[in-house]
This record gives sequence, structure tokens and C-alpha cells, in this order.
Amino acid sequence: MDPTQLLYSPTHEWVYLKDLTATVGISRFAVDQLTDLIMIELPAVGTRLVTGKSFGEIESVKAVSDLYAPMGGEVTEVNTAIVENVQLLTDDPYGVGWLIKLKVDDAAEISELMDFAAYEKKLAEEAH
Amino acid sequence: MAEPTLLKTPLFDWHQSHGGRIVEFGGWLMPVQYSTIVDEHQAVRQRVGVFDISHMGRFTFDGPGVLAWLERVTTNHVAKLNLDQIQYSLMANDQGGLIDDILVYRHQYGYYLVCNASNRPAVLAQLEQHRQGAVGNFHDRTRETAMIAVQGPGALGTVQPLFDQPLEPIKYYHLTMGRLLGNANAVVSRTGYTGEDGYELIVAANQAERVWNAILDSGQSHGILPSGLGARDTLRFEAAMPLYGHELSEAINPYAALVGWAVKLDKGDFIGRESLRGWKRDPGRTRVGLRLEGKRIARQGTTVLDGDRAVGTVTSGTFSPTLQKSLAMALVEPSFARAGTPLTLDVRGHREPAGVVELPFYRRSPQTQK
Repeated sequence: MDPTQLLYSPTHEWVYLKDLTATVGISRFAVDQLTDLIMIELPAVGTRLVTGKSFGEIESVKAVSDLYAPMGGEVTEVNTAIVENVQLLTDDPYGVGWLIKLKVDDAAEISELMDFAAYEKKLAEEAH
Repeated sequence: MAEPTLLKTPLFDWHQSHGGRIVEFGGWLMPVQYSTIVDEHQAVRQRVGVFDISHMGRFTFDGPGVLAWLERVTTNHVAKLNLDQIQYSLMANDQGGLIDDILVYRHQYGYYLVCNASNRPAVLAQLEQHRQGAVGNFHDRTRETAMIAVQGPGALGTVQPLFDQPLEPIKYYHLTMGRLLGNANAVVSRTGYTGEDGYELIVAANQAERVWNAILDSGQSHGILPSGLGARDTLRFEAAMPLYGHELSEAINPYAALVGWAVKLDKGDFIGRESLRGWKRDPGRTRVGLRLEGKRIARQGTTVLDGDRAVGTVTSGTFSPTLQKSLAMALVEPSFARAGTPLTLDVRGHREPAGVVELPFYRRSPQTQK
């Protein structure tokens, strides 16, 4: 996926929304900050996600971090390939490294997320 | 006690301008990594890595009374040191808990003591409290010197071209004095905290960047990587070397921590001796290695369970880059210390099966041991 076409949460998850299906991943910035990924835990298909609440965790040599739902909805698909081999996420967070797909409850929630330019601006500001 | 401001080593600017991710550690601003922890770890295991360890506390002693003074405040037998030999030792409190683990160097001009960065104030306080009229000289050299570790199979080939004394004959836990780059006085020791062969160099602070850059140049053909505290931790962990604040503390006795060999109860009186005698009879707990079945990391503080009963606590845990396993060290009740004992770890609410394994987790191949 083209990162410039995605929408971002302040906690570095990205969303691609088509009709009512959201594909969710984490940004290249997040992956680069974590480094040395060890494992990722994702929810089962059918799990209900609440916007802003943890839906899984990602463990690196340095620390364990929560993953936060950028939108609410029901998990319809889980990327088991990255659970098997988290290196795929390090290599390609916008492609084969996607995390989950969900059927969103309220597509209007998308307006709470940042576009690529706004996300880049936030990262630049935080670097200072 | 916290230092009012965070300290910077003489190499701080270099770290910052070369992609080092800076974190606070023991009162200092230090690079945790430059690339990835795993890349830096593998560089040291397979090639060579260079670490800025200038945050370690460094003290010099010379003159009348300093030997008796060092014997009083340390647990190992200082008088047994030969010239140019180094000793792993401990500083205990009256209860037999550990103020720090240290290295004591004996050289032609006196003694050098190297301690952990975060414990420098406590070590200083203990030294001053128990000076008892030793009239020799005592200086804290931490800020006026730098310390650089070059570790890995390529360490000898990296440092030798820069140094005017032969390095190969220096035995493990020995030192030599000489000059780096023609005119920089240096104490070079065959020591380290990685489980690999290697050298640690002490130079004047104003020579640090010149020496550091020369090491990187010289090490280039050996595949050198500047390496941060992250890799230093995973490397020492695989080698089962204790880290103060994890495997060692004022609340942990040396016999539980498996460093009782550095306590010489029969060397004469020293601080903590009577308490340590008691701990030797009954250490209460013992340090073990644990291998988890899953990949989740059991970090410091994780409870070790036998069924539903807590029988210990994890002191350090990580995912071992060399063994590709989630491993931990823990203090457990002695009856659970035998290799093969099955235990459970409560990792943030997840019950993770684990088994006791022998320490160290990693030992370098005999060909490269000296």
C-alpha cells in the first residue's frame, strides 16, 4: 500500500478504509522506533475492538508495546503470516506486514485520523 | 542519590551525530543503539564491536595504607593480586548485601577500581567512610578519563595496530600500560562484559574521540560496529554475567547471585564478613537460567511459579539473539534450581511454561578462549 494514501492514529497505527472494511497496520516510524521485533499478538477473528483500546501487543528486545484500535469494529481477518514471522512486519509494514482487517462500526470515525501530511508533521514536531 | 544533571561522556557528541539513540542510564546520557540491538550483538559475537563505557566509575589509589583500605571495603583478597592482574570483587554492606560489583586492578603505580555508573556515589561514600587514616592518594578519575571496550573475535586485530605494546600475551583479567596512536597513555586490559575475547582501554578524556575514531578505522576491515548499551546487555545476559540492579542489589546476597567465589571469608576482617558467613550457610535463594517455550520475554520482576505457588522472581530476561530463544535469569528457592525443573512464568497475566537450564546460556568456542 502507498503510505501517502493511508490515515494514521497518534499511536502510529495506519488505516486503509474501503467501504466498511478497514485494514490496519503500524507505521514505518513505529517499526523503526521499536527495532528488533520478537513477536506480535493479535486478536482472534470475531473480536470486538473499541476505538483507542488495546487490541494486541508487540514485543521487541527493548520493550513490549500495546497496539491500539484506530477504529471500532469486529475483526474479520488476521495476518497470521506475521504472527509466524514478525520479520515480515519489519520488512514491509505497509504491505505484507499488515495486522488485521475489521468491519468498522462507524465509518465516520475515519475523520478523527490524520492524513499522511499531518502524520509526518506530527513526527517532525515530536523530533524537536 | 540522583545527580542534579545528567552526565555526558567525552564521546557524547560523536554518539549523537552518528545516529546513537540516547537514553538516561545510571545518571548518564548514553547510546542504547546505533543500528539495531541484534545487528550490534551479532557483530560482537562474530566480528568486533566497540562500546563507550566511560560512564563506569574509575578511581585510583596509591601510597601507604591503600591495600588495607581496599581489603576492608571489598570481599575478594586484594593482596593476592599479582602485578598487572585484575580481580572481580564486591563491595558489601554490614548486612552482607551488595553495594556494587567492581574490578580491582593492580599496576606498577598502585590500584585502579572500576565500578558501575549508578553506584559511583555509594562506592565513594563507602570508601570515604572506611578510610580509617589511610594516607595514600585517592582520586575519582571518572570525568577526566574515558573507557572504551573493543569486544569480539576481531578485537585483537583491531587494537593491536594502534598500541605500542604486544596485546596477545596479555592474559584474561590482566592489563598492560602503553601508548595508543604514538602518544596517548592507556591502560589496556583483557576484560569485558560480553562473553567474547576483547580489550578495555582507559585513556585521557581529551584523547577519547581520537582513539575511538582510530578504532573504527582499524576495525573496518574486521567488520566493526559501534555498539550501544542494548547489545551490551543482551551480550552479558547470554554469558550470564550479573548486572547490578538485576542479579545483584543490596537485598541480594552474593551466594544467591552465584558470585560467592569472589568472597574470601578467610582473608581477614572486612565489611560484611560476619553477615556473609551466615549467607554462605543459607543463601535462601539461588540464581538460575530459564528457557521459555514461547517467544514472550519474561522481564525483570516476572513471578516464577511452581503450579500456583510463587517460588522466585525474574532478574533479567530477553530474547537471545544467539540461541533464538526467550531466556531469563531468576532467583528461585534452591529446591527448584536443578536443570530440567519445569516452572511457569507469569508474564503480564500469561502463563508461560519454562524450564531450568544451566548457566551460562552461551559460552564462546574454546579456540578463541584465552
